This record gives sequence, C-alpha cells and structure tokens, in this order.
Amino acid sequence: MKIIATDRKGKIHEIDGNDGWTVMEALRDAGLPIAAECGGACACATCHVYVDGEWFEKLPKQRAEETDMLDMAVAAESNSRLSCQITCTPTLDGLKVTLAPE
Amino acid sequence: MSDDATIETDVIIIGAGPIGLFAVFELGLLDLKCHLVDILDRPGGQCAELYPEKPIYDIPGIPIVTGQELVDRLLEQIRAFHPHFHFSEMVQSLTKLPDGRWQITTDADTTITAHAVVIAAGGGSFVPKRPPIPGIENYEGKSVFYAVRKMEQFRGGNILIAGGGDSALDWTLNLAPIAKKLTLVHHRDGFRASQHSVNQMRELVNEGKIDFHVASVKALHGEDGVLDGVTLSGADKTEWHHETDALLPFFGLTMKLGPIANFGLNLHENLVPVDTEKFESTTPGIFAIGDINTYPGKLKLILSGFHEAALMSQAAFRIARPGEKLRFQYTTSSSSLQKKLGVN
Ligand SMILES: Cc1cc2nc3c(=O)[nH]c(=O)nc-3n(C[C@H](O)[C@H](O)[C@H](O)COP(=O)(O)OP(=O)(O)OC[C@H]3O[C@@H](n4cnc5c(N)ncnc54)[C@H](O)[C@@H]3O)c2cc1C
Ligand code: FES
Repeated sequence: MKIIATDRKGKIHEIDGNDGWTVMEALRDAGLPIAAECGGACACATCHVYVDGEWFEKLPKQRAEETDMLDMAVAAESNSRLSCQITCTPTLDGLKVTLAPE
Repeated sequence: MSDDATIETDVIIIGAGPIGLFAVFELGLLDLKCHLVDILDRPGGQCAELYPEKPIYDIPGIPIVTGQELVDRLLEQIRAFHPHFHFSEMVQSLTKLPDGRWQITTDADTTITAHAVVIAAGGGSFVPKRPPIPGIENYEGKSVFYAVRKMEQFRGGNILIAGGGDSALDWTLNLAPIAKKLTLVHHRDGFRASQHSVNQMRELVNEGKIDFHVASVKALHGEDGVLDGVTLSGADKTEWHHETDALLPFFGLTMKLGPIANFGLNLHENLVPVDTEKFESTTPGIFAIGDINTYPGKLKLILSGFHEAALMSQAAFRIARPGEKLRFQYTTSSSSLQKKLGVN
C-alpha cells in the first residue's frame, strides 16, 4: 500500500507501507521525523498524526488505550491518531496523514 | 560554591535507567563507589517512565519481567553497594579539574567530583512536553509552568490548566481551592486520569467552582513573558479570548538530549561514539553506556547495555585506582566478592 504523508514543513511524501507494519514504522522507515519514543507500545504519543479527510472514518476504530494515550499528545484534534496503532493493509492504500507538531 | 560542599566519589553516573543502575553493580564489585543523578524523581529511566507494566521477554535468564519489576530487581541487586541517588536534578555541566578528576554540577547546585563519569543518559533526559504554541518559550517560568513547585505562587491567580491525564486533573483539584478562578481545557470530554479525580473535577464544575471547556490553546497574549490572556479554540474550531495569568500544560514527558549537548563531547546524531573495549568516549575518563552510545553494530537493548557496563567498569577501575591490580573473579566462587555483596 502507499501512504501519502505530509511532513511538518508541508512537503508531501509518497511512501510504502508493508502490509502488517504499522503506519509509524512505515513513516520511520521512510526517514520521516517521527519520534515514536516508545517504539509502538502506545506509551508516549510521540507518533501522533492527523488523518486527512474521509480516511479518518475508514480507519478501524481506536482502542481505549489509544484514546487515553492521545490525551498526552500536545496538539490533539478531532482527527488525531497514534500512527503506531494503525496497521497497514491493502484497504488503506492511499491513506493520507500529516505529522503533528512536536 | 565552597569546596566542602562538593561531594567526592569514585564514579558519577548520569542517568538512573536500567543501565546506570547495573553499572553500580559492576563498579561496586571493583570497590568503586557511585553517585547517580537523574532528572526523574525515581529510578528506572524508560522502563519506569514509559512501560512500567509492560512485559520484557529478552532479559537473559528471566523469561518475563515487567519494566518496573526489572527496576525493582536491579535496585535489590545493587543495594549492598549503597549507591547515592540525586533525583529530580538535571546534570548541567561537566568540567575537568586541574588534578585530572571530573566535576559535574546540577540545576539544584549539587557539585560532585569523581575520577570518571559514566553517561548512561539513554534517550536523553525526560522533560515536559511543550505544546506547539507560538512564542511559548518566552513565557516559560514566568507565566507558563510545566510543574508546580510552590502551590502558594498560584494563590488568588486566574489559572488555566491544559491536559487530560492524572497531573492535569490532580493539579486542577489541588489548585481549585486557592485560585481566584480556575479553568481546565482538554481536547475531548473524556480523561485518561483516574475516575475518582474525574468525578471530583466534574463535581467542582457542577458547583460552579471551576470551568471546563473542550478546547485547546492556540495563542498566548501578554508582554515580557507575563500572560494576560490566551486564544482558545473549541471542538467546532470557533475561537475565543480567555483571560488568564498562568498556563499549566500537562502532557507528560518526552526525551531530549539536554545539557549533555554542551559538555564538549564528540557527538554523532545526539549519540556518544565509543570504542567497544572500554565504552569510553573520545574524551578519556568519560564513558557512555546504554542507549546514549553508538558504535558499529550497536543495538539499543538492555542486555547490550549490561555488557557495556561490565567492560566500562574495568576501564574505570584503571583510572580510579591507578597502579592497582585488577583480579578477574566470579561471584559464584569469590568469597571477597560475596562479602561485598553481603551474601557471605
Ligand atoms: C515501550 C518500550 C519497550 C521496550 N522493550 C524492551 C525490551 O523488551 N527489551 C530491551 O532490551 N529493551 C527494551 N526497550 C529499550 C530499553 O528500555 C532501553 O534500551 C533502556 O531503557 C536503556 O536504558 P538506559 O539506562 O541506557 O537509558 P534510559 O532508560 O533512557 O534512562 C536514562 C535516564 O537518564 C536520565 N538523564 C538523561 N540525561 C540526563 C541529565 N543531563 N541529567 C539527569 N538525568 C538525565 C533520563 O531522565 C533517564 O531517566 C524498550 C523501550 C520502550 C520505550
Ligand atoms: S510510538 Fe509511542 S505511542 Fe506510538
């Protein structure tokens, strides 16, 4: 699948998301500046992204653990997600995300 | 600072994460005494701060252990060596003394002198997350606070608290009785904090004693670091002005390299390059172990850090005890090691 990721300077990157990887891992593997301090354990909120437009609705629902952890994100919005909690699947091909500010 | 206020020891360890803790053990077997400094208020670094309840499966010989359990066991293992901890202190500077020893100072004005310094700073020091509000740094310490050191400072104030975790809720409850006005803002009408605190907070809102808004802070207004108001933005993106004289954002901690960047050490992408014989930086007498170091093949694993601690200790001994012979011994069979461990 492809992920369309906008970095903090507004530059758009089209990156590969291997099926089964998390979106955080795909972003990190592509060299985008995502801290992901806890390595995907849903324990730091430094892998915070905004999911663009209709994609937000298409994503599998967040677990309570993610909703809670988003309380520790510094600039959470209604379309905020933790990218380590989204798994890359073929149905998400074209997923659009924007890195949240650090 | 006068000389007698300076603490003297064999080795200073910067960082009390799992690797700094195990270094106490390896150094202790060689009779080297340690002082550890950590900006956190308790030992354990990432294990305690980020995943105290999550399991670790790759500690040799311990098939499963949680982050906090590992820290507790390390503390038990090093107890016999009586390490001195300086918690809630940030190491600010590192200088070489004319006699060849090293001195560190902390932001609490603690000064420690030692023969060697071990940087076990992991992913950097844990510091509060800073919300991305333009110009916020100009207000920090004057009107924007990430921690409450003296509650009295906020008596009679018009306080705005941002966040939805335990710290945000605890300080809402603690400061409500002494503030003139207190407002809590959070991006949703739901909280990560304990249910008990949430209930108490909602009660205060119902009684009209505090205000709660689903909103976030977008801009700060004031002069010379003194706040007089903020722009809040609600769930529907409408913005409004809110008068306040103090903002307390509580979004947990993040790791930042911090003052180590100014120690004059050779750094590579915020890591300290070391050799793999002594785990010494390119500055003799300054060692780096655990997540903070880098060398060909480095893996950021706890077990690698433990190995690094053992080899580093041999080299630190030679600096701290020049001319003394190092004897290789097993804890299983050496009665002198067992005596140090207090098991014999
Ligand atoms: C969610 C998660 C799961 C993990 N799972 C595993 C696993 O299964 N197996 C494994 O081997 N590893 C795992 N790790 C990695 C492991 O936790 C780290 O390798 C380990 O914590 C590194 O230890 P450390 O002592 O080097 O640094 P840290 O644990 O980062 O501790 C460094 C300490 O130094 C302090 N510090 C830094 N600079 C200063 C300063 N200037 N002044 C004062 N204090 C300072 C910091 O506040 C911090 O407390 C995991 C990590 C995370 C986040
Ligand atoms: S990487 Fe830490 S919460 Fe996602």
